[in-house]
Parts: sequence; structure tokens; C-alpha cells
Amino acid sequence: MTSTTHPSFDEMIDAEGNVRPAYAGYREWYDAQSPKWLEKQGKAAESVFRRTGITFNVYGQDAGQERLIPFDMIPRIITAEEWKKLSRGIEQRVRALNAFLHDLYHKREIIKAGKVPERLFAQNDAFLKEMVGFTPPGGVYTHIVGIDLVRTGPDDFMVLEDNARTPSGVSYMLENRETMMAMFPDLFTKVQVQPVSDYPRALARSLAACAPPAAKGNGRAVLAVLTPGIYNSAYYEHAFLADQMGAELVEAGDLRVVDGRVCMRTTRGWKAIDVLYRRVDDDFLDPLTFNPDSMLGIAGIMDVYRAGGITIANAPGTGIADDKAIYSFMPEIVEFYTGERPILKNVPTWRCSEKDSLAYVLDHLAELVVKEVHGSGGYGMLIGPTSSKAEIAAFEKKLRANPDNYIAQPTLSLSTVPIFTKAGLAPRHVDLRPFVLVSPEGINITPGGLTRVALKKGSLVVNSSQGGGTKDSWVLAE
Amino acid sequence: MLGRSAWGIYWMARYLERAENTARLLDAGFRMALTRGNTVASEEWRSVLVTLGLDAAFADQGGEYTGPAITNWILRGTGNYGSVLSMMEAARTNARMVRTAITREVWEATNESWMLLKDMLARPVKESDLGQVLDVIRRQATAVRGAMEGTMLRNDIYNFARIGTHLERADNTARILDVKYHVLLPSVAWVGSRLDNAQWEMVLRSVAGERAFRWLNAGALDPKGIAEFVILDGRFPRSLAYCYAKLTSSMKWLCHDYAQETAAFLMQRAATEKLAQTTIADVFEFGLHEFLGEFLANNRLLGDAIAADYRFTE
Repeated sequence: MTSTTHPSFDEMIDAEGNVRPAYAGYREWYDAQSPKWLEKQGKAAESVFRRTGITFNVYGQDAGQERLIPFDMIPRIITAEEWKKLSRGIEQRVRALNAFLHDLYHKREIIKAGKVPERLFAQNDAFLKEMVGFTPPGGVYTHIVGIDLVRTGPDDFMVLEDNARTPSGVSYMLENRETMMAMFPDLFTKVQVQPVSDYPRALARSLAACAPPAAKGNGRAVLAVLTPGIYNSAYYEHAFLADQMGAELVEAGDLRVVDGRVCMRTTRGWKAIDVLYRRVDDDFLDPLTFNPDSMLGIAGIMDVYRAGGITIANAPGTGIADDKAIYSFMPEIVEFYTGERPILKNVPTWRCSEKDSLAYVLDHLAELVVKEVHGSGGYGMLIGPTSSKAEIAAFEKKLRANPDNYIAQPTLSLSTVPIFTKAGLAPRHVDLRPFVLVSPEGINITPGGLTRVALKKGSLVVNSSQGGGTKDSWVLAE
Repeated sequence: MLGRSAWGIYWMARYLERAENTARLLDAGFRMALTRGNTVASEEWRSVLVTLGLDAAFADQGGEYTGPAITNWILRGTGNYGSVLSMMEAARTNARMVRTAITREVWEATNESWMLLKDMLARPVKESDLGQVLDVIRRQATAVRGAMEGTMLRNDIYNFARIGTHLERADNTARILDVKYHVLLPSVAWVGSRLDNAQWEMVLRSVAGERAFRWLNAGALDPKGIAEFVILDGRFPRSLAYCYAKLTSSMKWLCHDYAQETAAFLMQRAATEKLAQTTIADVFEFGLHEFLGEFLANNRLLGDAIAADYRFTE
């Protein structure tokens, strides 16, 4: 399954060079445009992004510098049929994730049934003992989920990663569509695309439906978005979502526990918050509970939470469900809680904590992708086929020293979608992150999501922090 | 709204106002330098630094007292936290912090101003380009104000911005007048003496009032008349009287909306009433420098009281 031996599946053009049905309407439009004009539109879009400040901050070298995530104007298109199947699979998976979390923090039947080993939780920082025996308002753990999907063939969508903590990128989904509609209004009259613009409203409704007991009968739930501040890499998104929902954008310094509620300091005095959409990690939530050395966080928020005074979205302790060590058990988890076969496949995964698997992985390092169990953002991983012998040797040392810390997967031949270049269309590897909202009212999946694209030819790394770009993602109307 | 947001929008407005007034002051100094000899010009630049409260900092970094050195340091000096570029950056950082409290147009105008100036001030500004740079600063400040005026809801957020603008403007106008009067009238006995017209025009130009004053006074320049115009004429948008009238209306609005009369409002109302009863003869009798000193101190206290009343910080 390495990219070097198999040609990748191209989503626009089939093996005979014909345009696939999903792209038929788009290609007709595209072929009628002058490349010069398209190029000009692309430049105009970039200047709009700069002016509106749709930027992200990069950690490391240029700390504090704001960068643009490159935007490619060729849409990634999914048919209504394909989407139906995908969303069924996503819904099934998200239901299972929530049931799993509830079980893990209560009766632990899945462990008793021997489907997942207990040691995975015993030594896992993402498992919060403070959540044991507590049920979040509405029974919802993962209010917002991003499921990372990759495609390897016509019907082969696989889940690469579940993001159950604080998935980001939804602002790009929305802004990319706005930009496309502003640049090419005629295109959207020609090709009917399912809208994504309802997301902020759906998010506000979904969060409000999870209001805590203390908020009952007070009319409209008071929502707030908690951000680490303007230097956070996703600050733009935090501000964008708060703005779109009509919620306050708060920092920990604005908050304090007053009379058993978490309140924000307003110009009129302290005002209680019902639902806090937090975009900070568990560790920075409550210095009294999690991290006594931290200056960040809201002292006492966990006590208020457990007493029913506030809803925290996502619930603390959900990180245990998107741990990469847990990921490999997802097929069993889905089956255990839904009683159905998983609709979406997992990428085959070797757990290096298991002796036989480790031996296999060590023998095949040059063709595998090896990831840290707790890593994210494409850091700390080895992509065998594109690494030098020295890099592989260095990684092998780390792997042998701490095998429990790693999983390995085959190097997938990710599907490609063309990007716009001066020399014409050129295929590049992509993934897809649909966004899912969970509330007692049900599960809401926005048709589309965020398509990330590796802009470098042949590259498989789509992360924006490592040279990836984004595309507008279309689900065609039925 | 959050106390921190009120604080942010208030400071965003203050920084924009200060950047604009700094540009006006530089413009006036620049004209002066063009029309006068070198000695007068270097004195002029020195007084610009004093007005901005940057004289000590400039001396510390050891620059020459020449037009290009001083203007560049004020516009973009490394380590000069009071530079126009720093202020625009601070305004933009505050705007970013309160992104949800301002409209998209206000944010874009602020962000664009910063991008434009960052670009223009990336390299030292040549004397031949100075006029154009100062013009851009003034125009960008106007663009942001226009976006606020045209798109923002008339709520507490808007009023905190207006309070920031007028508090800062009153401060800047009082400073300009104070410093120039020192230079021009070392002693009260000089009031009524023959005046250096160009110097007086400089005072008016720094507050964008030269045309209005000439129009109102048929071209005559006298120190009392100018002081009266800049301090007490409620028609002139950079006068102390005008700024305080606007402050009154914003603060009254907040008291009404919040159904709470604040300490800051009472303080402000007393100051406005006092200003309304003051004649220019009173000012000179008390001493112009003393009058302005008291005004500036009171203006600072007012800012502190507003921050406390509306919980800008913990």
C-alpha cells in the first residue's frame, strides 16, 4: 500500500483520463474560464484573507507571526450518494465514541468484556479520574467532533483519526465557501452545492441544548467561547465562532467562580455562563484540579461543573477517546456499543506495545508511517518511504526505547484532487475533516468539511503547520 | 460586554487617535522646518519630542536633533514604544482582542491601516516621502473612524470607543497647547506682544484648526484668541470643550443604559461644567500652563475612574 508502488486514486480524473461524474459540472465551467483570469482571482482571494485576518499563528521559529493557510481554488467534490454513506458511518462512529466515554467513566463494561485492555487507561494522562461517576449535562461528552478521513479508492474511505478534544478548522470550511462564492458566483448557479453556512447557528443550538441544570428556566442559555488568547494558533477561529454565534469570547482572566456559578467579568458586573465552549486543553481548565503550577485556568470550575452549574464542551476527559492507542480498538468499540459492523474502516494499525507487532514494525520501518500515541499536528512521526536511512535509524532508537509510545500504519496512497498552478491542474494528496455536532437533540453533520491538501508534489503531509493548504469541500445537492 | 473588551476597544480608539495626532504634529513640525532656518527647525523638533513626552527616550538613544532622525524615530524608532508604528500595532492588537465586539468593516479598516503602515515604515522614511506617509496615517485613521460611524451599533461598545477617542484627543490638544505656549510665551508679560505668525500657525496646524480659525477671525492671530479657540470653542472638534461635551454624552448614555450613575460620570460632569463657566480671561489669570496642567491631571484621573467603574481589569 505504499505510494511508490500504487498509483493514487484521483478524484477528478479516472484511469482512462475521463472526468468523473462528481466533477463533470465543475470541469465544464472550469474549461470555459481563462487561466489568466483564474490566477487573478486567486491573488485577489489571498489579499481578502490578509485583510480579514484569516490567519493562524505558527509556533516555533517565527513565534507570534501570523501566516495565511494557502487556499486552493479548485473545489474538492463529493457526490450526494457518497456523502450519505459517509455520514451514516460518521454518525455511527460518533455515537460509539460517546457511549464509550460514558462507559469508561462509569461501569466499564467494555473492559469487563475484554474488548479493550485496562492498562490503556490506567497509565493514560488523558483519562481523568475527576470524571469517574459523573455524567455531563445531556449525557454528551463530545459536543464537537472532527473525523479525519482519507480516501484510497472509489469506495474506500477510512478514518485516520478521531478528534474528540477541540477539533479546529471549521472557520476555514466556512470562509473557504464564502470566498469561493464571492470569487465565482456564476459557478454556484451552475453546480448545486449543499450549504455549510448553517454551522454556527447549529453549533449555538446544539450547545444551548446541553445547558446545565443551573440554567433551567432562565430563558436563552448564555454561551461563551474560551480562548487561550490572541497568540494562540487558532485565535482567529475562536473569535470567528464567538462572533457568528453571538457569544462572548472570554479568556481565563475574565472568569471567576461567584456564588457557585462560573461568571465572566462584564462592564455591568459578574454574569453567569451556562455553556462554555472551551478551546483550551484539560490541563489549563482548572488549576485547583489539574495543574497547580498553572497561572491559566479558572480556579474551581471543576467543582461547579460537577455540581451542575456549567456545561463544558467538550467534556473534560474526552481526550481518552481520540488517543492513538485507543484508535486501533475503534472497530471493536463501534461494534460493542452499536451492535453493528463499522461502516467506516480504520486504517490497519500495529500497536508497538505488542511484541509481535513491534517486531513487524521494526522490520518494515522503511515502508510504514510511525506515529506517537499522544502526538498531533504531524509532529514526531516517521514517514518511512520519504525518510533517509539516518532518519530511520534515529527513529528506530526512539521506538526501541519506548515502544508503548508508538503505533504504525501502512503508508496510504491518499487520493488526489488537482490544485491550480500556473502550468495548469496538478494532482495533490488530500484528506477530509467533516465536523459533527452532538446534542440530546441528535447528531448534526455539516455536508462537507475541511479538505486539507499537501501542496508539495508527492507529499503526504497535509498539516497546515507543515506546508499544507485548504480547499473548499463540496457535497453536491441531490 | 466583557470588561476586558471595553478596555480593548477603549485603548484601540485611544491609540488610533494618538497616532493620528502624532502625524499632525509631525506635519506641522515638518512645515516649520521647511520655512525656517536650521536653528529654529531643531528647536521645533525638540518641542515636538517634548509634546509627545518622548524627549528623554530620544536623548537616551543618542540620536541627532535633525528632522529626518527625529521624524523617523517618532514614526518607527526601534525600541520606541510610543512610535506611530507601535501605536498602530497596539491599536490592531486591541482590535484583534475585541474582534467580536467590532464589525468586520472596523476590523478590516484597522488591519489594513496596520498592514499599510508596516509596509511604508519598513524602511527609513526619506524627507521627500514624509508628507505622503503622514497623509496615509491621517487618512487611515479617518477610514477607521468612518467604519465605526457607519457600521457600529450605538451600544455600550460604541460608547467606550468614543470615550477613548475624546479622552485621548483632549489630552493631546492640551499637551500641544501647553508645550507651544511655553516656547512662544515664556512669560505672561508676553501676552499681547508681537507674534511670530508662523509659530502660531504651527499651533493651529497641529490641531488641524488653522483654516477654521482664520475663517472665524478674518485672518487675525492673537494668543488669547487662539487659546480660546483651542480650549473653549465648542464648535471646533479638537477643542477641549468639544471633547468634553462628547465625553458627557457618551458617559450619560452609559449611565442611562446601565441605570447607574458612576463616580466617573460625576467627575466628568463637574469638569465639563467648570469648563463651560471658564472664560479665557480666567485661564490667563490662573496661568495657562497651570490651567492645562490641572486639566491633564484631571483627564488622567477620569480615565482611571472609567476603567474602575466599568471593570476594565480585575
